[in-house]
Amino acid sequence: MKFLTEYRDADLVKLLLDKIEKTVTQPWAIMEVCGGQTHSLVKNGLLNLLPENVQMIHGPGCPVCVTPLNLIDKAIHLAQKSNVILCSFGDMLRVPGSKKSLLQVKAEGADIRILYSPLEAVELAIKNPDKEVIFFAVGFETTAPANALSVLLAYEKEVNNFSILTSHVLVPPAMEAVMNDPDSNIKAFLAAGHVCTIMGIEEYYPLVEKHKIPIVVTGFEPVDLLQGILMCIQQLEKGEYRLENQYSRVVKSEGNLRAKNAIEKVFKIEDREWRGIGNIQQSGFELRDKYHAHDANLKFDIKIDKVIECKDCIAGLILKGIKKPHQCSQFGSNCTPEKPLGAPMVSSEGACAAYYHFHQANNQLTSIS
Amino acid sequence: MNDAKLKMQLSCPMPKLDFDIITLGHGSGGLLTNRLLDSGVFELFKNEYLDKRHDGAFLNLKGPTAFTTDSFVISPIFFPDSNIGELAVNGTVNDLAMCGAIPEYLSLSFIIEEGLSMEEFWRILVAIKFASERAGVLIVTGDTKVVERGKGDKIFINTTGIGKIHPKANIDISRVKIGDKIIVSDNLATHGIAIMSVREGLEFETDILSDTRNLNHHVSTLLDKFGNQIHLLKDPTRGGVATVLTEIARDSKLGINIFQAEIPIEEQVAGACELLGLDPLYVANEGIFISIVNSDISEDYLLKLKSLEGSYNASIIGEIVKDHNGQVVLTSEIGGKRVVNMLVGEQLPRIC
Repeated sequence: MKFLTEYRDADLVKLLLDKIEKTVTQPWAIMEVCGGQTHSLVKNGLLNLLPENVQMIHGPGCPVCVTPLNLIDKAIHLAQKSNVILCSFGDMLRVPGSKKSLLQVKAEGADIRILYSPLEAVELAIKNPDKEVIFFAVGFETTAPANALSVLLAYEKEVNNFSILTSHVLVPPAMEAVMNDPDSNIKAFLAAGHVCTIMGIEEYYPLVEKHKIPIVVTGFEPVDLLQGILMCIQQLEKGEYRLENQYSRVVKSEGNLRAKNAIEKVFKIEDREWRGIGNIQQSGFELRDKYHAHDANLKFDIKIDKVIECKDCIAGLILKGIKKPHQCSQFGSNCTPEKPLGAPMVSSEGACAAYYHFHQANNQLTSIS
Repeated sequence: MNDAKLKMQLSCPMPKLDFDIITLGHGSGGLLTNRLLDSGVFELFKNEYLDKRHDGAFLNLKGPTAFTTDSFVISPIFFPDSNIGELAVNGTVNDLAMCGAIPEYLSLSFIIEEGLSMEEFWRILVAIKFASERAGVLIVTGDTKVVERGKGDKIFINTTGIGKIHPKANIDISRVKIGDKIIVSDNLATHGIAIMSVREGLEFETDILSDTRNLNHHVSTLLDKFGNQIHLLKDPTRGGVATVLTEIARDSKLGINIFQAEIPIEEQVAGACELLGLDPLYVANEGIFISIVNSDISEDYLLKLKSLEGSYNASIIGEIVKDHNGQVVLTSEIGGKRVVNMLVGEQLPRIC
């Protein structure tokens, strides 16, 4: 497959691993920001191929993991209304709310559909004029353009029974929050390639300068990830810090202007609550006033009690890379993918779920630190 | 639809009827039921057992016998190159084949949601007829129920099958031993992706066809030649190859190593999996099987499989090992290792 197999080449991987091994002289903690990168590291078994001195910290870039509990409760509340069709991306369904998950209320009779594109939800609304169609608009900057287009389409066609429940979060403010945490020991970042495809790379320059930390915009295939890691280590070993773009075959410096334009039209930047991390200033998208008719938060009177996270779950420390999943007292005992206490154990992009599988292997294969 | 299937459909035109949809009355057991069955159902499946029209079939079974049942609730009921009817025959035939049995008799039960068009029902019946002929099984008894609209999903089918165990077969999980080779008979994930491509809300353009087919002739040929050197046979339907292998590792208490680079998958299917965020190891198959065989015969076994239609892409994908008991470990294309687990629930596509 063009543009895939080349980046899964075993010889190239070996070459890069050798280079990393030869370059690294001391322990470095590098955070891969995006859940897709975590997923790829685990799926391809890369974590146990890296030298011991390279410690990968799994970042907060898993949209499912950082969606606040009370927003999931809101989605569940809406889905249970008799005239509502709630549409969502697939892996949001299994995430536990305070009492139930969307998958459970679906089994109880709620009309919940898994879609790949929010534009399909607009079509669904046109086909079902007597129903309220709500799209659970979760994700980072990557899913924002399609969600923006769905709102624009509904606005233009006056599809008044379509709305979105927004939970959009932004990567750079989250990286900044991680860097500002005094307990953080992260020395470099692999920035999320897909997010930069949309947004470009310019907003990362100030972060590099302010925190004097290397950031490498990185793709998702094994060769991408190893090259990104090597670029970080080369900088770290020389005591340098700058922004580099490993994923230049896809990411342009200015990003995707049309996509950015759609986002700019529909969304404004607001403070947002991150599950496990807390409130981060200017870290999320909200619909602009012009599109309030399509904002499920305003359209429906939803009163959800403030819920308290499970006190045994240390998702916040994990999302910030301060603790590793297997250092949690609940890991693998009271908290498993089957019965997750927190979101990072749910999604295959979540660090805990990834570690749960990896850790099992390591009991038998090699030891992990 | 391929030419052979089109010909079959055309060779069995729908009889002229005074009704064009199925209603509750057609499941009442009364006049309407009889009219439905007489409209051509009995004629389609004609055989000495069914023709008696008794409450059940009188069979004369001798020797070791395999017995299995399966229900089919697929949505949509028509999918690229096949439909629920063909699936219902092949599914049960293949379960018998995986026991090392030669399938002989099937029962056939329908639960129909009122409103199903007679034309659709007829297409399903014709598919059942030809699938059972190809597999060499007789439909000897059956049942039809109709439920109110909204209480079903167009049509559900249950088939139960009986087959005689092949004289040379000795298939059992206890026979799986260290050193055995694991062979898949053809490309993975084809059926699941074909279904996905036509599922409402997910439609995408592709010419991927379901791989549904009977496997009993393959299994018979292999048992004739390799007999008890075949230790275990499994068809990786729901949950895919990963689920079947994790079950084998768990039940045998042995370790399994598989190699990504050896797993056969068609490029278009692999592309669709990438696009949809699905792992082909967990996607359903309807026309392939996994063999666990003595390593001494594995190369000959592979050659034989590759000579048979429908298994040209057979491949040795792994082996049974003494390490990591009860676990399946996959070596990725780049040499990394990871554990392959059972899925918690349905495979859900990732957000990005």
